[in-house]
Order: sequence, then structure tokens, then C-alpha cells
Amino acid sequence: MTPLLQVKNVAKMYGARIGCTDVSFDLYPGEVMGIVGESGSGKSTLLNSLAGHLTPDRGEVIFDTRTEGPVDTVTMSEPERRMLSRTDWAFVHQHARDGLRMSVSAGGNIGERLMAVGDRHYGSIRERAADWLGRVEISESRIDDRPSAFSGGMQQRLQIARNLVTGPRLVFMDEPTGGLDVSVQARLLDLLRGLVREMGLSAIIVTHDLAVVRLLADRLMVMKDGHVVENGLTDQVLDDPQHAYTQLLVSSVLQV
Amino acid sequence: MIELKNVSKSFTLHNQGSAVIPVMENASLSVEPGECAGLIGASGAGKSTLMRVIYGNYLAASGSVVVGGVDVAKAQPREILALRRETLGYVSQFLRVVPRVATLDVVAEPLLAVGTPVEQARDKAASLLAQLNIPERLWGLSPTTFSGGEQQRVNIARGFAHDYPALLLDEPTASLDAKNRATVLGLIEGAKARGAAIIGIFHDEAARAQVCDRFVDVSGFSPKAAA
Amino acid sequence: MSDYNFAYLDEQTKRMIRRAILKGLAVPGYQVPFASREMPMPYGWGTGGVQVSAATLTPDDTLKVIDQGADDTTNAVSIRKFFEKTAGVETTEETEKASVIQTRHRIPEAELTEDQILVYQVPIPEPLRFLEPRETETRKMHALQEYGLMHVKLYEDISQHGAIATAYAYPVKVEGRYVMDPSPIPKFDNPKMEMAAIQLFGAGREQRIYAVPPYTQVVSLDFEDYPFEASKAEHACDLCGSEHSYLDEVILDDAGNRMFVCSDTDYCRSRREAGHSGRLSEEAA
Repeated sequence: MTPLLQVKNVAKMYGARIGCTDVSFDLYPGEVMGIVGESGSGKSTLLNSLAGHLTPDRGEVIFDTRTEGPVDTVTMSEPERRMLSRTDWAFVHQHARDGLRMSVSAGGNIGERLMAVGDRHYGSIRERAADWLGRVEISESRIDDRPSAFSGGMQQRLQIARNLVTGPRLVFMDEPTGGLDVSVQARLLDLLRGLVREMGLSAIIVTHDLAVVRLLADRLMVMKDGHVVENGLTDQVLDDPQHAYTQLLVSSVLQV
Repeated sequence: MIELKNVSKSFTLHNQGSAVIPVMENASLSVEPGECAGLIGASGAGKSTLMRVIYGNYLAASGSVVVGGVDVAKAQPREILALRRETLGYVSQFLRVVPRVATLDVVAEPLLAVGTPVEQARDKAASLLAQLNIPERLWGLSPTTFSGGEQQRVNIARGFAHDYPALLLDEPTASLDAKNRATVLGLIEGAKARGAAIIGIFHDEAARAQVCDRFVDVSGFSPKAAA
Repeated sequence: MSDYNFAYLDEQTKRMIRRAILKGLAVPGYQVPFASREMPMPYGWGTGGVQVSAATLTPDDTLKVIDQGADDTTNAVSIRKFFEKTAGVETTEETEKASVIQTRHRIPEAELTEDQILVYQVPIPEPLRFLEPRETETRKMHALQEYGLMHVKLYEDISQHGAIATAYAYPVKVEGRYVMDPSPIPKFDNPKMEMAAIQLFGAGREQRIYAVPPYTQVVSLDFEDYPFEASKAEHACDLCGSEHSYLDEVILDDAGNRMFVCSDTDYCRSRREAGHSGRLSEEAA
């Protein structure tokens, strides 16, 4: 099986300071990988470098495209990369307002990616938008409301619907449950888990919440000071951490 | 089916003066299809640790842990996940589920993961829950709110939903009444009859005697005191 | 003649603007940046159109200026006077006689010819602006033809009003490539943009010039199930009886009486001179 994403020695510097460095891994279709670490550990830098929001200073990010097979997305042309990010990739931001158009209705937000790839039939766009609202547990009657009228959890679910409507194969998530209260988080996690299973999505989830990765991620990468310090099966890394930093991280979690 | 060779395990506590705590040495063990091996030894001797090493939850420090042809000690995460999905079942003492998911779906999930049609998976889940005397009115609720005994039975139903060729059972009969205990032992015997290789921990001696073909004393794997 | 350089602007500036115009014609619908000058009138009063007209006019030209189709409104009158004074060119109200027509918010009813140039005043040249505030991003979207967002605007229209409610500044795609704002003309005028005359667009404050060469394909954006419709008031002109011209609604009294008249005053006048009449012709005359 060809990995969906092959990351080879990716590094991103901010001047002399290390954003992230020497990151390599393969992500296979259907695999969900969590990246954990404290603030400033380089996990968001890494995510943005992989998703094409930042240009890595070194390394390759090879994506298995539908038409041409594995291609290095760092060196591919910008139009190609932007096309990938509309069709095969999705990016779920921590703050829904960064990923939504707040002045456009929920239906319009979901429909945008469809229209961006050439869908020109209002009725079918609306039908698919309504279907996706249902799948993220938002009442269809809210289709013409703007996201500013939605709660934080609903905004986040809308963002997810907007991202998944074109059937992407790889989803990047940056703290998808950050800033939501616990009960809303649980609902969102359950939803994400279901969608990941159902659509066979591969995902890379950046979070500092170990409970989130335990529920969602098959495997885990632990970062500290821009370096990957540990990498493995999620429950193994959490239950039998090998690296000093991971042990500290795991033992720091409050038990409920 | 399950074969351990010279497995050792130690914990290094980096944040407590890098203390190294050896917990297992030279563990070797082999379980054939249709066979049930019972782990025995005093509390703290390392029965659960051994089981977790086999499941891949703990990383073996050395040696090989081959289950269904895959060396868990060296395999990639996705290989271990595939093994857990298809081949290796584990009934732990604690139920760990996503909040909000209905009991019936919790039990059906391992079947769905191997591609069983939804209807069929739910039928199987329903029949297991019924066998284990979980009232039908609870099936639509999340098991997170259930009593300890009910959670344990849901956990067992889930562990027996898919016919795993290899099974790890950690105290499956603890905290069960006689009737449910008999049901669980029946399930274990059924699994043996279809050829599953089973490793179990049973504190209940009668249960142990009924299903286990032989015993492995894990005290034998304890690191020898550096005397 | 006056003490002004011909048509107010100095020759270097006109040369710079002509370069922008030529580039605009070469890349139909593409917004060419240009160094817009201060003009002796406020932004929003057609400074972009005036600069394009100034760079386009020759002493032999005949100029017509309309505002919302009318030759006699403040904006039209002051710009016409401006060029009479600074360029000394002939001016006219008759569409057929003009070689350069500067317009705000209308295309004349009479069909334009290959000998004519239509100059539009443009307030906001970027059709994507209301949905995407970042200029860096809109430029990239044009460059990569990422126009899905334009349809989001139309989608919003239909979802809120049941039909595409955008009635003016209706976005078009030029020659299958650039999406362009046709300036705030009514969408009734959109189909006329595939014409024989040269169309030039000037946005003074925003410093952009763009163009549509003669006989260029101009398609109004729409959905398959909500096709574009060039709409107008369902009336005939009350003065000339025309059923095919774009109409203004005029309130007549406090009792709610109203009349519909051609917004193109020259068209209406010429029809009446040719003997056509409408519902209120007698009273008005």
C-alpha cells in the first residue's frame, strides 16, 4: 500500500529559531495521527508546513494524488497546491471564525467548496448543504442563518461540514476541540470519529488534549522544542511512555 | 497462535531520578488455537503487564511477541491496529468508550470495523447483550452511566462480538453473579471450541479450573533479584 | 482654447494611462493598476472615467456624457463642461453622433458601433471584494481562476430572496477567463456588453483600469437552475411608449401617482421626435 502522505525530514525555521525540524513519518489511508506537545513545541508550525500554509525550509511532503500518484507538495506549483487544498485536503481551524465566512449563510459556507470545484446547480448544492448540516447535527432549518448566530460548538461543526463536503482524503485539524466546553467537545469528538470511520479519512490532529487523541488518533507523535521525541501507537505512548517528556506530559494530566 | 520468546519489560521513570524498574525477564510462552492458558501468580507479579505487552499496549524492551504472524514488539502502529481489529481481542477490566455512543453500537463496533453489514452486526450485538442479561431498555443508552457489573458485561459482549482467533481476558468473571458468570464461561468455551487461542487471568478458582487447559505462573518471569 | 494642456492631463500621464488601456484591451477583464491622478473633482464623481476619457480623446472627437442614462444631470453636465473647457472638443447629447461616451451606471439604448468608445466610471472594480477583503487574496484568486466565491454571492441571493436579487453590478466572465465587475449598470444592460464598440473602465480612487475589446464574449454568471435574466420594470415608457428600454420610476404627487420613463433621455427624445408616444405624452407635452 502506498502511504497517502510521506513526510521526509521537514524543517521550518523562524530565523535562527527552530519551528520544527527533522520530522519524518508516513501516513496511510484511513490512519488518524495525533500530534501532541505543549504550546511552542512546533506542532502547529508542523501542521501548517504540511498543509501548505507555510513553506518548509527543508524536506519533502509527498502526497499521493489521485491522478499523478505521489507528488512533493512543497515543490508543486501554487495552483496545483491550492487545487489540492480544495479537493483532497481539508483544514479545520481551532477558531471556527478562521475557517468560516461569517457573513455568509451556513448553506453558502458549505456550498462554497462545491462551487469552487465547478458545481453550478443551485438545487443540488443546497441539497448537499442540507444533507451535511444533518450529518453534523445542525437542524436543516438553520441553513440560511449566518454562523454568527450559532453557538461555538455549532460553528465548529459547520466548519467541519464545510470542509468535508467535497470528500477530501486528508484532514488537517488544529486543536479542533479547543475553546469548547467539555460536553460540546464530547459530541464533536464522537461526530469526528464517526465521520473518519465512515469516509475512511486520514487525519492529522494537533492538540494538547491527551483525551482527544486517545479517542480519535490511531497513533501519536509527541513534540518538544521542534523535535519529535516519541512516536507510536496511541495507547502505547500514553500508557507506557518511553521518553522523559512524554512521561511528564502524561503524568501531568489531572484525573477525573 | 500466540508465541512469546525471551520477552523482558522494564519501566524507566525519567522524572524520578531515572529509576529503572525491571518487571519481567525472559518470559516465554506459547498458546495454540483452541487452547486456554491461565496466568497465575501473586497480585503484582505481572499478569496484567504481560497481557498488555501481548496486546501492544506496553512496549516490550526485548524479545519477540508474535501473534498471528505479527511481532507486536516491532510492528508499526497500523499493523498492530490491523491485528487488534482482525485477530486479537482483549477484554480488559475497565470499559473505555466514547461518551454518547449507544450500548448496542459499542458492542457492534468491532464487527463493523471488520466490514460486517450493519444489520448483521447489530443482530449479533443484540443477542450477546441478551445472553448477558443487559435489559433491552438500556441498549440505546451510553454504557458510561451503567453500574460496574453492567459495564463489565457490556465489555465482555464487545470482546466476544467478533470471533477473534486470539483472545486476552483480564478477569472476565470478576464482579459477576453466578448466572452471568456461567454465561461468560460458556462464551469462553465456545471460543475455544471454534479454535481461539486464549490467555486469561481468573481469580475465581472454579472458573479457572473449568476453562483453562494449563497454567502459567508469571512469578517465573520475575527479574531475579540482583543478589 | 484654454491654458490647459489638451484634456487637462499632461502628456506623460496620458501616455501612462494609454499603456494601461492597451494592456487592459490585450487582457480583457483584467484589472490593470495605474497611477491615478488627483482630478479637480472629488473621488466618486467619476475621476477614473474622466482620466480614461482624457487619455482617449483627440481634438476631432465628439463627446457625450451620461449619468444614469441622462445627459442633463449634475455629474454629466459638469464632466461635459470640464472637457469643453480643457479639451475644447465637440459635445453632443445624441448617442449616434458621439465618438466617445463617458457613462455612469448605464449603457445607451441605441446600439453602439465600431467607431465608438464607451468609458465607464467605476466605484469598486473588484467583483470579489465584498466577499474577500484581502487584495493579495483576490489577485491570487483571479490569477488562478478561483471564482467559486462569486457563486457564493449568487447562492446567498437565491437562498434569501428566492431569485438572484443582484440587480446591478452583476458579475460577468469575460472571454471565458476573468470575472469582472461591469460597474453598477443594471443587469438589464449586461447582454449589451457583447458590442461593436470598445468598452473601457476607469476606477480613480481604486487606481484600476480594465477593458472589453469589441465583439468579446461577456457572460453573466448564474446557476443552471437559476439562469441569468436581464430584467426591467414591467411597463412601457410613459413618454415614448418604448417597451424595450430601461425605465426610471418617477413619483408624481403625494397621492401615489407615478410614471415610468426611459432612463436614456436621448433615446426617449429621439423616439418622441420620430412620432412615438406613451401613456402620459399629452400631459407631459
